[in-house]
Amino acid sequence: MTFAGSDGVLVLVVAVLVAVGIYLALERSLSRVAVGLLMVSNGINLMVLVVAGPPGGAPIVGVTPESEMSDPLPQALVLTAIVIGLALTAFLLSMAYRSWQLNGHDEVQDDLEDRRIARLAAADIAGRGDLAGAWVSLAEEAEEVHDETFIEEHWLAEDLEEGVP
Amino acid sequence: MGAGLAVAVSGNPRAQRWLSFFTLSAVLVVAVILLFAADGGPLVVNVGGWAAPVGISLVADRLSSVMLAVSAAVTLCVLLYALAQALSVGDPESPVAIFHPTYMALTAGVAMCFLSGDLFNLYVGFEVLLVASYVLITLGGTSPRIRAGTIYVVVAVISSVILLVAIGLIYSATGTLNMAQLAMRLPEIDAGIRLVLQLLLLIAFSIKAAVFPFAAWLPDSYPTAPAPVTAVFAGLLTKVGIYGILRTQTTLFDDSQADALLMWAALVTMIVGILGAVAQSDLKRLLSFTLVSHIGFMLFGISLASQAGLAAAIFYVLHHITVQTALFLVAGLIEARGGTTSLNRLGGLARSTPVLAILFLIPAFNLSGIPPLSGFLGKLGLLQAGVELGSTLAYTLVAGGVLTSLLTLYVMVKAWNKAFWQMPVGEETRAALPRSMVGTTAALVALGFSFTLIAGPIYSYTERAASDLRSQVPYIQSVLTEGDRGEGPSPDAAAEAGVAP
Repeated sequence: MTFAGSDGVLVLVVAVLVAVGIYLALERSLSRVAVGLLMVSNGINLMVLVVAGPPGGAPIVGVTPESEMSDPLPQALVLTAIVIGLALTAFLLSMAYRSWQLNGHDEVQDDLEDRRIARLAAADIAGRGDLAGAWVSLAEEAEEVHDETFIEEHWLAEDLEEGVP
Repeated sequence: MGAGLAVAVSGNPRAQRWLSFFTLSAVLVVAVILLFAADGGPLVVNVGGWAAPVGISLVADRLSSVMLAVSAAVTLCVLLYALAQALSVGDPESPVAIFHPTYMALTAGVAMCFLSGDLFNLYVGFEVLLVASYVLITLGGTSPRIRAGTIYVVVAVISSVILLVAIGLIYSATGTLNMAQLAMRLPEIDAGIRLVLQLLLLIAFSIKAAVFPFAAWLPDSYPTAPAPVTAVFAGLLTKVGIYGILRTQTTLFDDSQADALLMWAALVTMIVGILGAVAQSDLKRLLSFTLVSHIGFMLFGISLASQAGLAAAIFYVLHHITVQTALFLVAGLIEARGGTTSLNRLGGLARSTPVLAILFLIPAFNLSGIPPLSGFLGKLGLLQAGVELGSTLAYTLVAGGVLTSLLTLYVMVKAWNKAFWQMPVGEETRAALPRSMVGTTAALVALGFSFTLIAGPIYSYTERAASDLRSQVPYIQSVLTEGDRGEGPSPDAAAEAGVAP
């Protein structure tokens, strides 16, 4: 008996799940990232089942002859992986909710230093002579994007730097 | 087990504290006993009484047990520090009720990873410790911690998925996940497929260990967590990733197809990490970058794949667990004392708190490898092993290692000058340091220092561990005692597993 047809379909499903999942994981909103990671992990679970060999009967001695049994171990592995995936999704969603409680959104924030470097690079490519024009202090930047974590720290630090000769 | 009990008594903080303390002490005692017992040869427990290839086996060979002993000692110290911090802050609920159970789960996950003789069990151990670490890193749920936690969780989930892919493919290629059996079967499969499997495992563990191309998450996520949490993460979690690399590269894939790649990764990790540290002005972020950089040293030893290299790498891992944890605890003390970890705003600590200065200085010098401390001995071992190999790439790595050590020294001196010698900046906010926090930090610093004093025995132990890893035979023989399967009941089941695809 050949299962090449159904295997092919399953492999296609795995590919689609993983591709869609990765696309979603690259989104800014944490809840979309959570859904994306859920799809990736489901796709991988399916992959483990597909690569585990041809399907057979229930692996119980006395019900199915040994030669027709399907391999039970990958099923046990996938079961464990599903449980872990469930816990992770729950945690990610609760984190997204907490972020929404705190900030009113659940977006993954940019790294401030990355933003500055990107801005400098953009100015460089545009060929403007004065790079200084593109230079905004870290604290101003933080204020602009409402990054609470950085604002206080850096205003304090810069106040001190100016105050000390 | 301790975790479950800790949840049960979560209404009573005092009972929780004693429970955690006794559990971790018991773990430490068991680990030390294992340390000596495993010197005679690897110990194997087949959980549930099923024979090796079918059942799950826990294996304590020299490498596992020495890692377990050191990590048990470190977790105990950090627990005491966390307790002291909570008591001193004066809020009895302060490490919220979830801290103790989660911390126990973390310890259990770490131990499970070290002892697992089965690739999937290793994955489950990783998940146990990762889920515990997710909770710890977002402890309290403040805005910066949620932000850091987001990065950490997403990266960790992705690395786990890659590990799961690797495990699924390895199973379909070989029909087993038992490490001893894998070690026998992997050489038989197609070389190209073996390389793919090896690289998949390497990528998964490298993300967890923060090796260079996959290291960017670490300095972003570690510094915001509470000091004891950061300390135990820095000390242990990345080292579990290193252990994964060490175990799979030596036991499973003994041919050296990926060694050159590993060497490059080690070199770049060392250099990029330390250059990142040079640019930092916050003590915790600075320490996170040195952590990344010194992961490169361990990878250096592993990539040499010679006995001397492996021995030095294992010694370096042990040394680094204690030293890095101690440094993060000291950073926590500095924060408690000066109200900040920003080097621009700290100053004059050497005069106001000489104890803190000494506690910082010893592990800082140890990290940068000033003779005669254990960091020097570990680095010397690595450099010697590199020179022994003698290829151009190995010499480049040796040069990179020396450069990284010098830059580490520069970074540490910079931190020292700014935090301890510079004139105090701004108004003085000097809280008194609780004695018990200083005491536990001092204990950990002393543990790191004692590695210097007993370096001889430890080094010969790691050399024996490395020769075990190189030869593979003791590991395989002790797990699969009767040729192709372990001792115990269920011979039918064992035979059946032997004919899996």
